[in-house]
Amino acid sequence: MTPINLIVLSFVLFTIGAVGVLVRRNAIVMFMCVELMLNAANLAFVTFARMHGNLDGQIAAFFVMVVAAAEVVVGLAIIVSIFRTRRTASVDDANLLKY
Amino acid sequence: MGTGLEWAWLLIALPLVSGAVLLIGGRRTDRWGHLLGVATPLASFAIGVYLFARMLGLPPEERHHDVSLFSWIPVGSFQVDVGLLLDPLAICFVLLITGVGSLIHIYSVGYMADDPDRRRFFGYLNLFVAAMLLLVLADNFLVLYVGWEGVGLASYLLIGFWYYKPSAAVAAKKAFIVNRVGDFGLSVAIMIMFTTFGTVSFGPIFDNVDAAGTGVVTAIGLLLLLGATGKSAQLPLQSWLLDAMEGPTPVSALIHAATMVTAGVYLVVRAGPIFEAAPQAQLAVAIVGAATALFGAIIGCGKDDIKKALAASTMSQIGYMHLAAGLGPAGYAFAIAHLLAHGFFKAGLFLGAGSVMHAMKDEVDMRRYGGLARVMPVTFVTFGFGYLAIVGFPGLSGYFTKDAIIEATFAFGGTAGTLLGAAALLGALLTAFYMSRVMFMTFFGDRRWADGVHPHESPRVMTWPMIALAVGSVAAGAVFTLGGRMVTFLESAVGAPEEHHAFNPFTPIGLATLAAMVLGAVIAWTSFGRRPVPSTAPKGSFVTVAARRDLYGDAVNESVFMRPGQWLTRTLVFFDNRGVDGLVNTLAAFVGGTSGRVRRLQTGFVRSYAMAMFVGAVAVVAALLLVRL
Amino acid sequence: MGGFPWLTVLGAVPLAGSVGVGLLPRGRDLLAKRTALLVSLVALALALAVAIQFRPGGPRFQFTENYPWIPQFGIGYSLGVDGIALVLIGLSAILVPVVILASWNEVESGRSVKAFFSMLLMLEAMMIGVFAATDVFFFFVLFEASLVPMYFIIGSYGGPQRSYAAVKFLLYSLLGGLLMLVAVIGLYVLAGTFEFTRLTGLDIAAGTERWLFLGFFIAFAIKAPLWPFHTWLPDAAAQAPAGGAVLLVGVLDKAGTYGMIRYCLELFPNASRYFTPAIIALSVVGILYGALLAVGQADMKRLIAYTSLSHFGFIGLGIFAMTSQGQSGATLYMVNHGFATGALFLIAGFLMARNRSRLIDDYGGVQRVAPLLAGTFLVAGLSGLSLPGLNSFVSEFLVLVGTYTRYPVPAVLGTLGVILAALYILWLYQRTMTGPVSERVQNMQDLRPRELWAIGPLVALIIALGLYPKPVLDVINPAVQHTMQQVQVSDPPPEVPAAQGEGS
Repeated sequence: MTPINLIVLSFVLFTIGAVGVLVRRNAIVMFMCVELMLNAANLAFVTFARMHGNLDGQIAAFFVMVVAAAEVVVGLAIIVSIFRTRRTASVDDANLLKY
Repeated sequence: MGTGLEWAWLLIALPLVSGAVLLIGGRRTDRWGHLLGVATPLASFAIGVYLFARMLGLPPEERHHDVSLFSWIPVGSFQVDVGLLLDPLAICFVLLITGVGSLIHIYSVGYMADDPDRRRFFGYLNLFVAAMLLLVLADNFLVLYVGWEGVGLASYLLIGFWYYKPSAAVAAKKAFIVNRVGDFGLSVAIMIMFTTFGTVSFGPIFDNVDAAGTGVVTAIGLLLLLGATGKSAQLPLQSWLLDAMEGPTPVSALIHAATMVTAGVYLVVRAGPIFEAAPQAQLAVAIVGAATALFGAIIGCGKDDIKKALAASTMSQIGYMHLAAGLGPAGYAFAIAHLLAHGFFKAGLFLGAGSVMHAMKDEVDMRRYGGLARVMPVTFVTFGFGYLAIVGFPGLSGYFTKDAIIEATFAFGGTAGTLLGAAALLGALLTAFYMSRVMFMTFFGDRRWADGVHPHESPRVMTWPMIALAVGSVAAGAVFTLGGRMVTFLESAVGAPEEHHAFNPFTPIGLATLAAMVLGAVIAWTSFGRRPVPSTAPKGSFVTVAARRDLYGDAVNESVFMRPGQWLTRTLVFFDNRGVDGLVNTLAAFVGGTSGRVRRLQTGFVRSYAMAMFVGAVAVVAALLLVRL
Repeated sequence: MGGFPWLTVLGAVPLAGSVGVGLLPRGRDLLAKRTALLVSLVALALALAVAIQFRPGGPRFQFTENYPWIPQFGIGYSLGVDGIALVLIGLSAILVPVVILASWNEVESGRSVKAFFSMLLMLEAMMIGVFAATDVFFFFVLFEASLVPMYFIIGSYGGPQRSYAAVKFLLYSLLGGLLMLVAVIGLYVLAGTFEFTRLTGLDIAAGTERWLFLGFFIAFAIKAPLWPFHTWLPDAAAQAPAGGAVLLVGVLDKAGTYGMIRYCLELFPNASRYFTPAIIALSVVGILYGALLAVGQADMKRLIAYTSLSHFGFIGLGIFAMTSQGQSGATLYMVNHGFATGALFLIAGFLMARNRSRLIDDYGGVQRVAPLLAGTFLVAGLSGLSLPGLNSFVSEFLVLVGTYTRYPVPAVLGTLGVILAALYILWLYQRTMTGPVSERVQNMQDLRPRELWAIGPLVALIIALGLYPKPVLDVINPAVQHTMQQVQVSDPPPEVPAAQGEGS
């Protein structure tokens, strides 16, 4: 496994996540796609850390993980409460903040 | 110096302080206010007499006392002190203002007895006396200007004394604003003087007048004349005086007959050296004077309101004074003599009119008078002397002073002299006519009183001042004119005429004046004395209608200034709201409108936001790559 | 000059008072008012102490204090006053207690009383700072910061259209402030310092100097305001509570004219001379335009606001006439206008507190029911039309005579404004105070003692400064001489110099 393969994998994962965010309507799925993108980024960080032989990238990855965990907590809570009030998890229906 | 003249400031301070006490003290001073109000002008008069006596004791060349009180406005080379100048010219006015003023104050105690605001009235009157004294005692133009506007303020307050009458409030405002137009001239004149001479004091300016260019001096002269026309109700700023009769009658007597309106004459005489260096301005003074003398006389012939008839007469008489003052040193002394004599007889006439109004329940229409001679003997006699004095009955004051002016005008020579003289002569005829008309309509003929009016003689406190003024009307002219007393006395202040005429009544002009007077009186007798006077005014000829309407002075002002002014104001208000402010608001509306449109991009469609983010991110990355390359 | 930091203390007292009043518990309104009044009186006493110690013949800037603030950019906390600044500080210190006393019961129920009085004190601190700052950046900060309390005074305590007026005021001022900020930074780039005394006499290229001048001038012209930057003023002054209007027009706007004479002229002498004709034209237009518009107003407070536009025209005319009479007159005019217009606004406020209307037509015959009110109104009005013997006359005549010596035609046109002044003031007086008593004012009360205490000192000052302006002029004159030297102008000599003396 050369590092370049890992970078390519990271690129592919990120693209899958990005496309998922753009095309899916379900909030949960979009959320998972966002996680996918974050993890793709983490992968890239770790890979680069290994390539450059220092720990900066790994530290950044840990940060991302912590932030992602916090984000999941808040984001899921919001999604659940929206689902409870509106009986739907479609992001297209949640448009109260327009204009 | 020990001349005693340095006490002159007390003249002003006394009435000023009592005026302030009465106005600030308010109702607390109601009970004794009028007494204080009378006491201070009397005290000033006593000081004035004392100063006059001291001055007479000095040789003529030392009768000129200039005292600087304090530094008022010091900025760079602009150094103005509040200073007083006491010289023969000033002392004449001091005596007139405090003397006649005191009499009118005393009269007012009776006249205003029933007015709940009598104290305020005296406060204003004292304020006026102080301002007028400051005007005539100032030793520079700026302090004169303070007095000048100060009397304007007092006049405003007193015309509008019965402020709850809309007509009085309007008349007061009109008087002030028309005066302001005149004051505009005076203040610009002062600016030119400072620019030209570097000072505004009388002495240094008059000493250096010859060094300045004729154009500048003429401009100063004409602007001073503009100031004088405003204050003295001369053409073209005459229109306020007739309306000013809305004020209580003692005010008309003091301010709008005896003193304030003559301030213009004072100014012209005081600024004599300037006018002598500017003959064209001087001629303009004479022309304005003669024109107003006729103008006022014509208006006087048409008025049925006794006060307005007298006011028109004042305008006309002050025209005579300006005419004389415009003749140069030859006329100054006559102008002042006529001014002083006029102060006596016109104040007397107004007080008489006030007495009649007091008796007739404030009726001013002479067509509702008639036959009052029997009921009000004292008023009749004193008014009668005033009448004889003003028409120039031989031996009374008007005879000496007005004749002197007419003679001096003809003596001026040239076409101008003849024309002005003819105008003055015609004015004398008209004067005799309208004054006789007043006399006949008021005191003779049948009684045309309104129902419920029971005229009675006025109380002593009012009649005594009238008697005193009547004595003055009889004697003043002879005292001033005979033996050239006035001319000699004023010589050190205003300069001497080139030649000195002894008074001689038997010149052709003197006789013509006499004839004019008799003719005027006879015409008046045929139309108003012999025939009964209808108690409603007949339609009258074209001239009568014009005279009743003040010869359309107001109409001209209205169409030339007021209406275009209103139009301009309305246009500007519109322009400011829609134009200047509109531009600003349009800008604001444009920004608001644009953001309203841009706002629509926030569709609430989350995935399109995400798309935008990706596009943005890609664009940033692309840009970074491009820059790197 | 070491020693006691007078100016810092003078500014700190109202600032501390403002914080203190703001921190008072809710519901202690009376305490808040009393504290505010006390603090403003202490500030007045301090201002008097400064004024007494000020030596007109001494060094130009006195009571100087210099501390580095942001040394990286050469920004200092620098204070110091000359005669011009001193009289304006005095004006602020006098007007604030008067306004506090007059606004005692002005705050509508439901609005925080303590916040209002806290804002007034904050504004006072800002204004003292603006006039005392000798560091251009520090001046700029305070100049902008003073918008904040005024914005809230108008926006929270004003009339029905208060938010429109407040936002308009803020946006206008911010626009000017931004232009000035650019110029301030430009100045720093050129000189490397913000210290006023080191910025004067810079050698700047003509083009740059003109642009920088315009940056400062437009900010000041909006603040002052000069025509045609004035349209925020009538709205702001009409909507602001009476006390706020007094401080707005009486003191805050003076920061604009003060800025012109202090910063525009001294920092950019060549550009000032270059733009003089244009500014004189604007001033004359402002004088006549403001006066004519005042004649046409139906709303009392808007009318007074437009008269101020006219008066600011006079001030601008005097400053840019470049004569000692003009500039001394203009400075004195700033003070006098504060008192005269302040008194007019206060009395208009008293009327409105009684009748709840700003429209002139809703009044009539007030003199009969409230003679004291009418009397003070007349005195203030007469000062507004610059009657000789009252304060405004001295300054107005100085401005006009100073202008005439150099620019006769503008001076004569400006003098026409004096006629119009008589028209708008006396017509206003006629419509509100005279005539038959209108129904709405029948039960109007005359001035209460509190109101009399507020307006009395102003009336006294109006009369006293008219009769004896010398003490103030003595303070102003040396400062003006400094300014004139800086701009390299001198008075034109008279054509026919007459010997100055005690008559002849």
